[in-house]
Amino acid sequence: MSATGIGASVRRKEDHRFITGAGRYTDDINRPNQAYAYFLRSPHAHATIKTIDTSKASRMPGVLAILTGDDLAADKVGGLICGWMIHSKDGSPMKAGAHPALAQGKVRYVGDHVAVIVADTLAQARDAAEAVAVDYGVLPAVVDTATASKSKTVIHDAAPDNTVFNWHLGNKAETEAAFKAAKHVVKLDIVNNRLAPNPMEPRAAVGFYDKGEDHYTLYTTSQNPHVARLVLSAFIGIAPENKLRVIAPDVGGGFGSKIFIYAEETVCVWASKKVGRPVKWNSDRTEAFLSDAHGRDHVTHAELAIDANGKMLGLRAHTIANLGAYLSTFASSVPTYLYAPLLSGQYNIPAVYAEVDAVYTTTAPVDAYRGAGRPEATFVVERLVEVAARQIGMDPAKFRQMNFVTKFPHQTPVIMMYDAGNYNASMKKALEIADYKGFGKRRRESERRGKLRGIGFSAYIEACGIAPSAAVGSLGAGVGLWESAEVRVNPIGTVEILTGSHSHGQGHETTFAQLVCERLGVSMDAVTIVHGDTDKVQMGMGTYGSRSGAVGMSAISKALDKVIAKGKKVAAYVLEASEKDIDFKDGKFSVKGTDKTLDFGACALQAYIAHKFNGQDLEPGLKEGAFYDPTNFTFPAGVHIAEVEVDPDTGVTEILNWTAVDDFGVVINPMIVEGQVHGGIAQGVGQALLEGVVYDKEGQLVTASYMDYCMPRADNLPSFKVGMTVTACPSNPLGIKGCGEAGAIAAPPAVINAITDAVGHEDVAMPATPKVVWRAAQKALKKMAAE
Amino acid sequence: MYAFTYHRPETVRQAAGLLSRKDDAKLLAGGQTLLPTMKQRLASPGNVVDLGKVAEMKGIERKGRAVVIGAMTTHAEVAGSPVVQEAIPGLAALAGNIGDPHVRNRGTIGGSVANNDPAADYPAACLAMGATIITNKRKIAADDFFQGMFDTALEEGEIITKISFPMPGKAAYMKFPNPASRYALVGVCVAKRGSEVRVAVTGAGASGVFRWAEAEAALAKRFSSKSLEGVKAKAAGLNADIHADAEYRAHLIGVMARRAVDAAVGK
Repeated sequence: MSATGIGASVRRKEDHRFITGAGRYTDDINRPNQAYAYFLRSPHAHATIKTIDTSKASRMPGVLAILTGDDLAADKVGGLICGWMIHSKDGSPMKAGAHPALAQGKVRYVGDHVAVIVADTLAQARDAAEAVAVDYGVLPAVVDTATASKSKTVIHDAAPDNTVFNWHLGNKAETEAAFKAAKHVVKLDIVNNRLAPNPMEPRAAVGFYDKGEDHYTLYTTSQNPHVARLVLSAFIGIAPENKLRVIAPDVGGGFGSKIFIYAEETVCVWASKKVGRPVKWNSDRTEAFLSDAHGRDHVTHAELAIDANGKMLGLRAHTIANLGAYLSTFASSVPTYLYAPLLSGQYNIPAVYAEVDAVYTTTAPVDAYRGAGRPEATFVVERLVEVAARQIGMDPAKFRQMNFVTKFPHQTPVIMMYDAGNYNASMKKALEIADYKGFGKRRRESERRGKLRGIGFSAYIEACGIAPSAAVGSLGAGVGLWESAEVRVNPIGTVEILTGSHSHGQGHETTFAQLVCERLGVSMDAVTIVHGDTDKVQMGMGTYGSRSGAVGMSAISKALDKVIAKGKKVAAYVLEASEKDIDFKDGKFSVKGTDKTLDFGACALQAYIAHKFNGQDLEPGLKEGAFYDPTNFTFPAGVHIAEVEVDPDTGVTEILNWTAVDDFGVVINPMIVEGQVHGGIAQGVGQALLEGVVYDKEGQLVTASYMDYCMPRADNLPSFKVGMTVTACPSNPLGIKGCGEAGAIAAPPAVINAITDAVGHEDVAMPATPKVVWRAAQKALKKMAAE
Repeated sequence: MYAFTYHRPETVRQAAGLLSRKDDAKLLAGGQTLLPTMKQRLASPGNVVDLGKVAEMKGIERKGRAVVIGAMTTHAEVAGSPVVQEAIPGLAALAGNIGDPHVRNRGTIGGSVANNDPAADYPAACLAMGATIITNKRKIAADDFFQGMFDTALEEGEIITKISFPMPGKAAYMKFPNPASRYALVGVCVAKRGSEVRVAVTGAGASGVFRWAEAEAALAKRFSSKSLEGVKAKAAGLNADIHADAEYRAHLIGVMARRAVDAAVGK
């Protein structure tokens, strides 16, 4: 292993600019003569808009335009779309209500976009917004996930029972038969709490229109600028692709929330032509809580069937998924194909059946958030498994081990073909690191101090490396999920990598460069990663679903193969040898059996000056591109063990120990991967202990600031013990499985399993705040007193 | 934020003059509540009178058996003051645990007491320690000063200049922070001075900080956390929100009171 190649913990190249304040985020972009947009948002969860009177506001100082849904309609600007078609059990397509970027006749959640005010300054736009008189006809709110379909209040005429679809997956009859044959059936009712994504950088957009070229440019906080351009061009109809450039510069965190194409960037780029000036919008934190797509929000009843020997026979789940007021860009895929296919977990379960009802409510749209469907599935599986072990009196680790999938490839009953893994190896290593044997002693020591100690497991699996295009197409995706790369070798041997992946915290500028160093033998400084600009990178699918290593780097690898192949042809001319006798290793082309060599940089120069070969026999230059379409999902998996101590007096849960043993396949940069694991666990602990979006009965967002929405902080977390096992992924050339979401997927059930172990019963909901855990602990103490 | 006129007086007299002359004037101390409220457009004073340059409102001094703290003294200054640490260590500890380092280096004791946020820490210390709130017009006993949520005895044009804390024999404050905001979900300050024991509770009461008479009576007999076993705070009149219902808050009052007594006696 070289100091900068695959497997080296190279310090992140991008961090110098970030930590010295030299990063360039969308809000750092300022165009001459720029105007500012302020969105007038609905104060009601559900209302008709009778009239919007802008007459007073439009005369206020600095106001350039006040635009509403009527203006969008007049300009034939299309609505926002959901790009994944789901069909109900009865074959009918999902019921997608119209989603205009500015409300047309009705608002459907607090924060919904009523009008945009464009003015010389933001303060002027805000002042004018207060003078816009909107006459609302207030309608009842529909907030509760479980009962939304039974509400008499209809949110979209297209969905009379507030139901988007009633979908299912798996074999119902076989699953029912498995439950009939079962010795034990474990049943759980689960709420997967709704989360606000909270990237450090709020969303922002700067749109401008070049009248001379009839061309738009949009800077926006996007995880996938090419998909944004595609949607804005082909569906919303802003401009054809060749007349619209989308740039996502430095982006400060996304966690899924910046995948989607939102109203604000659509309106900014459209309005820039209307007012003839660049238009900028930057979300404040309150707007982010109100209008960034939220995550999770499932209500599930799940059951696990087990035979007399402790073998799992079947699993079934009925889930109601709250998709909010409108279908966000990939909302429909999250509680369906990103969820139910993971319900087999790491286990050999012969029969699985899942039903998912997706509902509209008068709340912010819900879409993918770190893990997207897979944390929800893992929570169902790992809670069921832990409770089952307790009910049948088996050690939770042993119960898991006896049901692990051990032969690969393994076809689950719910679509997925697990290609490689060694679940026992991760479990064994985790038990050792966590000193599982010593837990009883530690528990007694806690009891002596009046504390309740518990240990909880989570043996998670996820489907990443999203995804084979034809496969996702057959499941309803509107796009393919390949990735593109272009390798541009400059004449002196420096390299620019153009990638359709997008880095918003992941460290691609470092990791991707390491692959290039490994393959071409050049230095880290000689490699630049170019991403996030549709004028530079021709097309790409962006970063989400832990796909950039497995798919994005595979595309780079494929393009590098082509560069090396071309280099060999050039070297053959220069070294006057046969192409088949040319080797390439450690940055040098050489002729087999001789000491004749040509450095990679010298080869690049030869390729461009083209003196040593005939340009008709071999094209000059050294630049290659590739599109890589994966052959399968990848299946990162691992075991996390949480050890907690509950203070029964206050209900405070302290996480004392955390063990994470993950199998991410081949790891490029262990330091960055470990950072992803840490961050993921922090978010998962946030979901389990701290975070929860709350709307009141009127549909007002109660948790609209950090005064009430609790993010994880350093003092909520222990120092993590991170271990790894490696089974290379056979489904891509680099053996990578992906690591970005693992912690957030693994952590919630580990925490809740530990707390329920500590208090001795299963009645602990997320977020397990002190209030919740205190009540659970009181129940436990009463039970203990009674015994 | 709306536009406003900014004033920066250098004496209490000038500040009081501005406050009475200017329409719709607000005092700005550390700005930890006023500025966020203005930024959210929830407050729109036409005139803001910044007390940052009023030297006579700053500083900490020991006066006999009392510690007198200027209203414009920051939480970090109180926490780090050798005078406070020696005379009333429980008060230094309380100040050192308010908010976060940013808040502690901007926020002031006078601002906190004048605002009387029902979840603020200082009102509990003032009430439990029997502090005197000194204004440009008079001296007000803490018992008379705090009059309900965000409500105080301060009159129009009245400015807190100093707060005088008589030195307790034993005192400590225990806070159960709101997990999100880290304001006090429940904070209990206990102070014993001579034979008198006072217990003040912040964060919990629907009408702001209050004294807990039952606990005071029990502790007056014997100043030990054991005296509080079986003494239960009533849930009636306590706050209920997404973080804690009234019953849980009532329970936490007992827990925090016992822990505060333990801390005060050095357990």
